[in-house]
Amino acid sequence: MADATATLRVFRGDAETGKAVDYEVPLTPGMVVLDAIHSIQANQSPDLAVRWNCKAAKCGSCSAEVNGRPKLMCKTRMDSLPPDQPITVFPIKTFPVIKDLVTDVSWNYEVNKKIPAFKPKPNAEWKMYQRDVDRGQEFRKCIECFLCQNVCHVLRDHDKKQDFGGPRFFVRTAALEMHPLDSRNRIPLLREQLGIGYCNITKCCTEVCPEDIHITDNAIIPLKERVVDQFYDPLTMIVRKIFPAK
Amino acid sequence: MSPATKYETHEHDVLIIGAGGAGLRAAIEALAQGARVGVVCKSLLGKAHTVMAEGGLAAAMANVDKADNWRTHFRDTMSGGKYLNNWRMAQLHAQEAPDRVRELEQWGALFDRTDTGDILQRAFGGHTFKRLCHVGDRTGLEMIRTLQDRGVDLGFDVYMECTITRLLKDGDRVCGAFGYWRNSGNLVVFKAKSIVIATGGIGKSWKITSNSWECTGDGMALAYEAGAELLDMEFVQFHPTGMVWPPGVRGILVTEAVRGEGGILRNKNGERFMEKYDPKRLELSTRDIVARSIYTEVREGRGSEHGGAYLNISHKPAEYVKRKLPSMYHQFKELADVDITKGPMEVGPTCHYVMGGIRVDAETGQSTVPGLFAAGEAAGGMHGANRLGGNSLSDLLVFGRRAGLAAAQQAGKCPATAIDNAQIEAAERDLLAPFTRAGGENPYKIHENLQDVMQSLVGIFRNDEDLRKAIVELEKLKARAANASASGSHVYNTGWHLTRDLQSMLTVSEACAHAALARTESRGAHSRIDFPKTEDAWGKKNLIIAKKGSAMTLTEVPRGAMPAELQEILAESK
Repeated sequence: MADATATLRVFRGDAETGKAVDYEVPLTPGMVVLDAIHSIQANQSPDLAVRWNCKAAKCGSCSAEVNGRPKLMCKTRMDSLPPDQPITVFPIKTFPVIKDLVTDVSWNYEVNKKIPAFKPKPNAEWKMYQRDVDRGQEFRKCIECFLCQNVCHVLRDHDKKQDFGGPRFFVRTAALEMHPLDSRNRIPLLREQLGIGYCNITKCCTEVCPEDIHITDNAIIPLKERVVDQFYDPLTMIVRKIFPAK
Repeated sequence: MSPATKYETHEHDVLIIGAGGAGLRAAIEALAQGARVGVVCKSLLGKAHTVMAEGGLAAAMANVDKADNWRTHFRDTMSGGKYLNNWRMAQLHAQEAPDRVRELEQWGALFDRTDTGDILQRAFGGHTFKRLCHVGDRTGLEMIRTLQDRGVDLGFDVYMECTITRLLKDGDRVCGAFGYWRNSGNLVVFKAKSIVIATGGIGKSWKITSNSWECTGDGMALAYEAGAELLDMEFVQFHPTGMVWPPGVRGILVTEAVRGEGGILRNKNGERFMEKYDPKRLELSTRDIVARSIYTEVREGRGSEHGGAYLNISHKPAEYVKRKLPSMYHQFKELADVDITKGPMEVGPTCHYVMGGIRVDAETGQSTVPGLFAAGEAAGGMHGANRLGGNSLSDLLVFGRRAGLAAAQQAGKCPATAIDNAQIEAAERDLLAPFTRAGGENPYKIHENLQDVMQSLVGIFRNDEDLRKAIVELEKLKARAANASASGSHVYNTGWHLTRDLQSMLTVSEACAHAALARTESRGAHSRIDFPKTEDAWGKKNLIIAKKGSAMTLTEVPRGAMPAELQEILAESK
């Protein structure tokens, strides 16, 4: 074990150009991919760019594609990967590369600004029961690693960043919409600006969520139902015709 | 070329450096005062170290234990801090924390609930009552996301992945800050009427640490360089329970909530050793005592397989453990192959928090430099010689708000200031120097050696010989750091970034070692093997570090007398 090494094949480059570079890294027990990247920085290539913070899967900074799979590097054990071939570590594909493993995720912060914040009901009593907050708490586990955004084919393959908010922001909207004391209606926003209709519930986002949030079943599908209820329910449509919204 | 055109420049009434709990809460308050607010942070928004806070937020809400009130919280805090706390800060903190929690709820935070629909509170070390408002074991995430959403809603300007390397002054007043964008390496100047330092801690100077790469003491070093005073820098908290195995995860935090929920510590012989060190409070003793106890067990040969202690919560129902400690469950399962619902975790002390920091006025967070404020871990005084778990998140909110308020008010009255180009040019030269030193040393090696020095010589137990040796070693490291080099482009160059962060780490490490050497007693987190007693005389003074010329100086300052009404509260405990 003491002499065992692994080969990491890491993307090195920037927005214009880049290539995969191989590094030999000594293995230690329980090592994760982020440890291996740090070892490269310390011993071989100090300018290797990577984002990380907590190293404990709580901050969502170290997202990358490891052997082609979207992962948090701090949570991906080296011993979970095939030992006999190079481990590829590439930046998440949906966002533009800045350098090496660091991508420009600023688009997400712009989408986030579109979502109106929590606004309590007037004269709220501030009593909430655990069963009422359970749903919201699931969504609020989100650590904004953006892996769900990375794998969503509407963003990854079709690049609908203009028209579509992506799973992360459906999760945030769901937390707000299902907050027992919130007073706002974000359903028109979901339909018109966040483009929830583009999602065809392939559940790719749910599969990669490191927090095990049931993004599709618990957030997106209920929100889609609310959109349908508000905009396409025949009875509501008639009512709305007769009594237009003020 | 004039700096106005050469450097990207932004102007704000209040500039906040750091976007953790204290920085965001300060920003929200300054915005509420109508100030134009800019927030600068080294990482992406929402990734600050506050996100790692797990167990909860201490506030005497009395939702679970009806007898709780601010007086008891104040007394617990002072007792935990071995009475070295700034008593006024401890008082304000205990009085205001419940309102700050309610505010979070009104901004959308979803805390765990009691059966009667109130915010649930749990037990924690050193707190007389169940006092920690929490969300499972991810309270920090809930807090930072709530503050982030609030700030975005109010419309602050956030400068992400931007590192400040120097505060700019006009006379004795701060008037701006100079830094660089991590993404591009481009330089940036901020003009501001007031500046709030909220950069958090210094734990990255130690080898075994729960702190992230950001915790390099930048704010304290910036303030020190700008003439501010640092207070009580010898008091560094080693959290009793960090992971110890496997090697890559060594130091990662294991929340005190494990013990708050009933976790039991045992040594390799199966003995519940806390019965020996604190028979009354056992595992829920204060962090300084539990950390020393584990350390002592290991040193005397009763440690766990990998040099720690066994912490067991598996006597609780598995579903309960998974619900109340979900991230601990996953952390151990995925990183250490341990199922904590079935067996014990291995834990040991990890560098976690610095009680010392920038010396500030209790009411306003004003430092000794006009225009410069500090809040949160970067500020000193509130926690005295040892911080109670849960008192950090509440500290961030109470004093973040106060600093933001005072900074905005003072910005409104600020005289016109001018940026001095010579200061900017000097800062630029310093920052870019590593690129001009081809063949210099790799900064990662220097950092590794710094961590070894602080871990082995300025750790949990200290003595005169080790501390003197540490100061000598730090001098050598400073010389090496001055010759560290960077290569490659300026774009997201982590080695280059580290050369700058090393400067901060060396400054705060030196301050810590000097203060630790000077304080010839043991108190709270500061344990001197050669001076094991707590001395009354030392309880009457603080140690102040300041820069005079180019030298680091240390002075003792007497502490003011505590008002009679607060003394009465402390006397009630007996």
